[in-house]
Amino acid sequence: MTVATTRHSRLRQALLYAALVAIGIAYALPLIWMASTSIKPEAQTVERTIHFLPTPPEQTFSIAADNYTRVWRDPTVNFPLYLRNTLIIAALSVAGMVLSSAIVAFALARLQWRGRGTVFAIILATMMIPFPVLMVPLYLVFRELGWIGTLKPLWVPAFFGGAFNIFLLRQFFMSIPRELDEAARIDGCSTWGIFWRIILPLSKPALGVVALFHFIFVWNDFLAPLVFLSDRDQFTLALGLQLYQSQAGNTPWNLLMAASTLVILPVLIVFLFAQKAFVQGIATQGIKE
Amino acid sequence: MLNPAPGSSLTTSSPRRRALSANTLGWIWVSPWLVGFVVFLAVPTAMSLYYSLCDYPLLEPPIFIGLSNYRRMFDDPIFWIVLKNTAIYASTSIPLGTAAALIIAALLNNKVRGVGFFRAAVFLPTVVPLAASAMIWLWILNGDLGLLNAILNPILKPFGLHGPAWIGFRGTGDKAWAMPALVLMSLWGVGQSVVIYLAALQDVPESLHEAASIDGVGPIRRFYHITLPLISPVILFNVIVAIIGSSQVFGAPYIMTQGGPDRATYFYSMYMFDKAFTYGQMGYASAMAWVQLVIVLVLTALTFIVSRKLVFYRSA
Repeated sequence: MTVATTRHSRLRQALLYAALVAIGIAYALPLIWMASTSIKPEAQTVERTIHFLPTPPEQTFSIAADNYTRVWRDPTVNFPLYLRNTLIIAALSVAGMVLSSAIVAFALARLQWRGRGTVFAIILATMMIPFPVLMVPLYLVFRELGWIGTLKPLWVPAFFGGAFNIFLLRQFFMSIPRELDEAARIDGCSTWGIFWRIILPLSKPALGVVALFHFIFVWNDFLAPLVFLSDRDQFTLALGLQLYQSQAGNTPWNLLMAASTLVILPVLIVFLFAQKAFVQGIATQGIKE
Repeated sequence: MLNPAPGSSLTTSSPRRRALSANTLGWIWVSPWLVGFVVFLAVPTAMSLYYSLCDYPLLEPPIFIGLSNYRRMFDDPIFWIVLKNTAIYASTSIPLGTAAALIIAALLNNKVRGVGFFRAAVFLPTVVPLAASAMIWLWILNGDLGLLNAILNPILKPFGLHGPAWIGFRGTGDKAWAMPALVLMSLWGVGQSVVIYLAALQDVPESLHEAASIDGVGPIRRFYHITLPLISPVILFNVIVAIIGSSQVFGAPYIMTQGGPDRATYFYSMYMFDKAFTYGQMGYASAMAWVQLVIVLVLTALTFIVSRKLVFYRSA
């Protein structure tokens, strides 16, 4: 009886492991294949057999260096400039998003005022409006403001908060004991002081999650830059990568994969360092109350 | 705990004046959102509704034409093609994605060594920029040189078959296989739902499973009769997010197929984008946006109504 059960559970364990390994390979393989292609010479990318390292393997490093240098110094697609543009947009946008969302969330979580419930309901409702509905009129608004042809459409709106981030921070602020506010007020602290010196320092994990989400969103965004950026010198990395593929037409696969790796690398590093915070932030989405 | 007595220095100002200033203060604090809401949301939404009733070539002022744009849509064969393609994409990628995410989450919910690695592997693709994942899949799905066919062909060879052309450069490739290729690629991005399901699965009380397994109920039936009902509200949430998301599918087909071959992967948002920014028909594009919004709202409402019988709320 016991022998049968342990054998049964061992078989189950083995099957479970086999399934997990299969899934792990299926999900990791595309990225591994990208990295692998990016370090091969062009001739070896068109071989129909599967190899992960170039032949001879000793030359891996020099081939890789050559591929990545060629991408980085491409005469027509200016990757260093696109990296700079993306970093400028990301830095401004993340700073604006975190600060403004925190201010609005503070009013919703900590201040007593008439209209608070209504404003919160409207903010939740706006999360439903898809970007394509706003795409055309936003383009016209930005054109009216003279922002088409600049990077402004991609970072200025962040300074007015984001619905989901306001929601996330409001939930977090609600969990901080109210006694802290009252004690500070008795000590003569202003409302701004309570926000700046008490709530914000206690909310670093939540602020970090918002910054992380927004950074990845900005880095990966494709449609908004495509619609609002007209000048090639203002392109982001996502647009630059597409340009690199489409304009040459027959860009060698090894270089295309090297360029893709360069675009992915920063988010990959951020993800590996902050995986736990990231996963927790997403997990809370399903539990909205 | 400090509790100031009534009439102490903290409450000397009259209650009315305090209430007024508290209200003003509240509005001042939410003013960043309020300004953004008006300028980047309310005004554009109103503009969009008005322009949908106008003939508006990008470089000339809009002229009011009533419901003509909406009427034209009915007679526009391409409108029906993109609507059909988007419906096919949504109705295949959502069920497959939900099933895949649930199965993967259930497998990852086991405490085995190295599970953290598998979780990371499934989640990682969701942070990869769409522009890059489009490149990666263009390479993998390449009919001649791609990795997928390099794996499939040896398996298919004994049957006298070989992998299809999937997707080629600039909308070349096999017309019948381009859509399945995009659906397959969408399954690579289910990590976000997997994480949400995983959190829900960890909320399912262990005791229910133990009680059922003492009664001799196997793991698959336990999943179906205990786990599934308990996480059904989360499934509903994910399905609605997926409906909204897949109705807007844009980046991957825009980069990978440009809608081809022969409009087989031409989707609603791509046509709207082309109408607005390639042909400069802002009025028609705005009307399309409103039709899309109405369709998504109706589908969401229908999902809610149907789900009433299927979704189980623990507290209700």
